[in-house]
Amino acid sequence: MTDMIVPSFDDETPTGRKLAIICSKGNLDMAYPGLILANAAVGEGIETHLFFTFWGFDIINKATMSHLKFSFVGNTAMHPPGHAGIGIHHMLGALPGATAAATKMMKKQIADLDVPDVPEFLDLLHDSGAHLWACRMSADMNQLTEDDLYDGVEAIISATDFIELTDGAQLLFI
Amino acid sequence: MPTTTIAGRSVDLDAEGFLTNPDQWDEELAQTLAGNIGITLTDAHWVPIRFLRKDFETQKETATLRRISTVGGIPVKELFALFPGKPAKKMSYIAGLQKPKGCV
Repeated sequence: MTDMIVPSFDDETPTGRKLAIICSKGNLDMAYPGLILANAAVGEGIETHLFFTFWGFDIINKATMSHLKFSFVGNTAMHPPGHAGIGIHHMLGALPGATAAATKMMKKQIADLDVPDVPEFLDLLHDSGAHLWACRMSADMNQLTEDDLYDGVEAIISATDFIELTDGAQLLFI
Repeated sequence: MPTTTIAGRSVDLDAEGFLTNPDQWDEELAQTLAGNIGITLTDAHWVPIRFLRKDFETQKETATLRRISTVGGIPVKELFALFPGKPAKKMSYIAGLQKPKGCV
């Protein structure tokens, strides 16, 4: 018999750990790493901020967030799911229909793992208390306003604002 | 694997303090486990805890927050309110299960 061990859930982050994730890419396969890591962080009680900028703006733009695509052009690691030894030449990805087929396949794999699609993932993050921010310059370049963005986005802010509010945070650039 | 006495019974724990044998759990033990981490169980807390136990019977693994929300029908917001900070770990601890393995 030993003393009772109790997990220390609440005192592991006494200094208030913060995580800032900058999402700068709008491809389907580049959207998920940021979303998944943010979800993991917020579930660990970490204050989590996501900043969507440049092509990453497509992740929170209502017009595009359900239609992100995966292309394997330039991705020399491309192989069919579960067949790491079989290479597919990445330039085949330039053929008509290749992006649509690859996107469909990746979306199916993601759904098979019961991982939500992008809009539902944003709901999950928002409900979990993660902070979603949109980049001012990206909004201006695309002539978009907060009305065009996912409802859970807190505001369109400048890069300076984001740097200020993530003072002391660990940072990921994706 | 440490064995200890909680609520008058012998239970096996892993290094972090999670039960390693879900069969050693009952609702009385859950009250003590919840107390250990500063939570007083109300009716609202019992809904996800009971879902976790029921889901484990068929799935043989601990449900993630998303599964508790989509299959169990309990909003994620509510889970964070009931079990602040690390809801998935806190719920699995109280339910006498291992931490969820899934990423989402």
